[in-house]
Amino acid sequence: MAQGSMAPGIHPGRLSSDQLAENFEDLHAPFAPHEAAVAADRCYFCYDAPCVTACPTAIDIPLFIRQIQTGQPENAAKTIFDQNILGGMCARVCPTETLCEEACVRETAEGKPVEIGRLQRFATDTMMAQGVHPFERAARTGKRVAVVGAGPAGLACAHRLAMKGHDVVIHEARENPGGLNEYGIAAYKTVGGFAEAEVDWLLKIGGITVETGKALGRDLSLEGLKADFDAVFLSIGLGGVNALRADGEDKSGVANAVDFIAELRQADDLTKLPVGRNVVVIGGGMTAVDAAVQSKLLGAENVTIAYRRGREAMSASRYEQDLAASKGVKLMFNVQPVAVHGNGAAVEVELEYTTTEGGKLTGTGETLRIAADQVFKAIGQTLEGAPSGLTLDGGKIAVTGAGRTSVDGVWAGGDCATGGDDLTVTAVAEGRDAAEDIHAGLMA
Amino acid sequence: MADLTTNFLGISSPNPFWLASAPPTDKEYNVRRAFEAGWGGVVWKTLGSEGPPVVNVNGPRYGAIYGADRRLLGLNNIELITDRPLQTNLDEIARVKADYPDRAVIVSIMVPCEEAEWKAILPRVEETGADGIELNFGCPHGMSERGMGSAVGQVPEYIEMVTRWCKEYYSKPVIVKLTPNITDIRYPARAAHKGGADAVSLINTISSITSVNLDNFSPEPSIDGKGSHGGYCGPAVKPIAMNMVAEIARDPETAGLPISGIGGVTTWRDAAEFMSLGAGNVQVCTAAMTYGFRVVQEMIAGLSRWMDEKGYSSTDQFIGKAVPNVTDWQYLNLNYVTKARIDQDACIKCGRCFAACEDTSHQAISMSPDRVFEVIDAECVACNLCVDVCPVENCITMERLSAGTVDPRTGKTVSDDYANWTMHPNNPMSTAAE
Repeated sequence: MAQGSMAPGIHPGRLSSDQLAENFEDLHAPFAPHEAAVAADRCYFCYDAPCVTACPTAIDIPLFIRQIQTGQPENAAKTIFDQNILGGMCARVCPTETLCEEACVRETAEGKPVEIGRLQRFATDTMMAQGVHPFERAARTGKRVAVVGAGPAGLACAHRLAMKGHDVVIHEARENPGGLNEYGIAAYKTVGGFAEAEVDWLLKIGGITVETGKALGRDLSLEGLKADFDAVFLSIGLGGVNALRADGEDKSGVANAVDFIAELRQADDLTKLPVGRNVVVIGGGMTAVDAAVQSKLLGAENVTIAYRRGREAMSASRYEQDLAASKGVKLMFNVQPVAVHGNGAAVEVELEYTTTEGGKLTGTGETLRIAADQVFKAIGQTLEGAPSGLTLDGGKIAVTGAGRTSVDGVWAGGDCATGGDDLTVTAVAEGRDAAEDIHAGLMA
Repeated sequence: MADLTTNFLGISSPNPFWLASAPPTDKEYNVRRAFEAGWGGVVWKTLGSEGPPVVNVNGPRYGAIYGADRRLLGLNNIELITDRPLQTNLDEIARVKADYPDRAVIVSIMVPCEEAEWKAILPRVEETGADGIELNFGCPHGMSERGMGSAVGQVPEYIEMVTRWCKEYYSKPVIVKLTPNITDIRYPARAAHKGGADAVSLINTISSITSVNLDNFSPEPSIDGKGSHGGYCGPAVKPIAMNMVAEIARDPETAGLPISGIGGVTTWRDAAEFMSLGAGNVQVCTAAMTYGFRVVQEMIAGLSRWMDEKGYSSTDQFIGKAVPNVTDWQYLNLNYVTKARIDQDACIKCGRCFAACEDTSHQAISMSPDRVFEVIDAECVACNLCVDVCPVENCITMERLSAGTVDPRTGKTVSDDYANWTMHPNNPMSTAAE
């Protein structure tokens, strides 16, 4: 029987633990102090810098890089955390190539931006390694705020509220706080238990209680929270997954990419995590790339991303596409799934070529089949379990201004709410800004 | 390829790049390596009187300042003159000169201001066959506390006196090395000239403290928690050195006095600039100490190519060519009106020109919401700050307004007549133009 990558079906242990450890190393090794000094020297300290404009949290990037230049990464970290309390995670997972680094004038000048993300990590890691939390709570206000969901938006909101002197209770449905930082995102972007450590570090501000295993609609109700707290912030993420709407979707071997990623992130031993020999990921976003690359790194022989539109429409950045390709993932464009074949378990995926005319995607009728003992669905997540009474817009909780919902006293932010891209950094900005708005309202 | 052969005071060298009297020229071993690398000449590190040699500190001797990417811009030195026995140096000089007859070997000397001391050492130096001597009246650290180095260079009468002794007891060219630690460099140069010096060389190093250790509050380089001012050199001092060279070159009292230019020469371009300001050759130290002797290859090839491009077949053809253009402020043409121009294709939109102009100058650059930066001619005084802070070379330039156009800042029509401060109506001392 074939071993390793060649073994048919879905199996654990395709690679040795040493090989797995190597595969799942840090995608970008942290800067050593000398590397950081050299990288920091490239910053021009631009006026009204384009990188700051491009950052959803508007971190004063030229200032923090100058602080690294002058030998004070701790002050650089403070500059970052002032705007983005999850600056450590964002330094790791932000698609900087489409945000700050894309806007860097060095990109214009030389095609090589200042490595802002890695410099940010250098600064934030330095301070966090010292165990220092740079903020103190204001005097207690006696006001209590409920936050639902301990993902980036909820954590950022809770931290800012706690800083202002309010008491915050975060209700989290899962076992651990962190949201997608803990359960989503490729493992090689946040190694060494960073997500968990970051939450612990963030909570050092004090005044925040985290209650896990508490889901809205099951253990809590919005009405109850409204009655018990002075304000409510909803950051419940997108719990549902879009269906393929292809025949055979119910066959074994077909799974949600987000569940696979979560399982991988929570796994203590990657040699025990099963993966197919032939993996097909349906979708074109970061989740698709994260699932595909990690399947390959776990030892799958063939991994294909099948995306129904062209490369330019893919929401995963070109950098992410190239990362996938460099790991041996095959990218297929203009194909959509029509069926999963197999006797009980998936064996093949049937794809139909597509064409886009006048903005409308249609199948051409021409199909092909590729081997697939594991199929991951990564075609978008949907809002699930939003409390009734809230106005929705395009499948998300409608918000105006700094996250105000249609219900008085209830704010929302992060992926569950309208506005902004579904990015960690955007969620942080929304949580932070909602906190400021909640604070202003509570103190008025 | 242009011929770089340089004749300085009748001393021929294959190129105008000499190593200055400094740590790189302290020993036969180093000097041989320098000559093998291609240096045209060396000024041997300063010799002192016969007797027990000087001693150096046993802690750090150098301090530094840096630009971006830790590029060394300035070096500071508290090393004294040679700490090896006089005879050892003399023997090595004789050997090296014999083996490299085509290279210039100059011996730097610093002995007390007593005629007997100079009378004693000069014949021994003469015996080595070296091509000339350089009188170290410049070092600002250590030896100056003992009445030598810059302590002599700061008193024109001493310079003249010692130079005269040297001309009396030594038959070959005498170069007087000047200290920049003085208010007007022309006075020591004139004194050297009066004493019969064949040339002056400048600048020696500048008294300096490069940094302070903020843990123990000791100046750097720190010797057991204390520091002493050192001699500053390297690219950072080049502008100061070039001005002093030019001041001497255009002083009627020292007209024609040969100059060996020293101070931050790092590239062929630096050398060409010094020489255009009147230096017959240049001396280099910090560039060699930073990058090793091999840097001279860039200098040789670079100067040669530039000369070819300009059509110069010998260095004589451009030495001093910039001197007539060095003038006093009062003679600058006030009718020369320029405005900054930004090349939008070259602009990378960093906005540094805007910040500099808006915050610290004349509010003469506008910024649009999509980061287009444009010069407002009605406000631009042509200060050049935007040009200087722009990270992209030639992105911002200064363009002269042609005669007949109106300067929107002053409302005056630009004239191509030459008019300076001495003619200006606001000058109470002005004289009407003829």
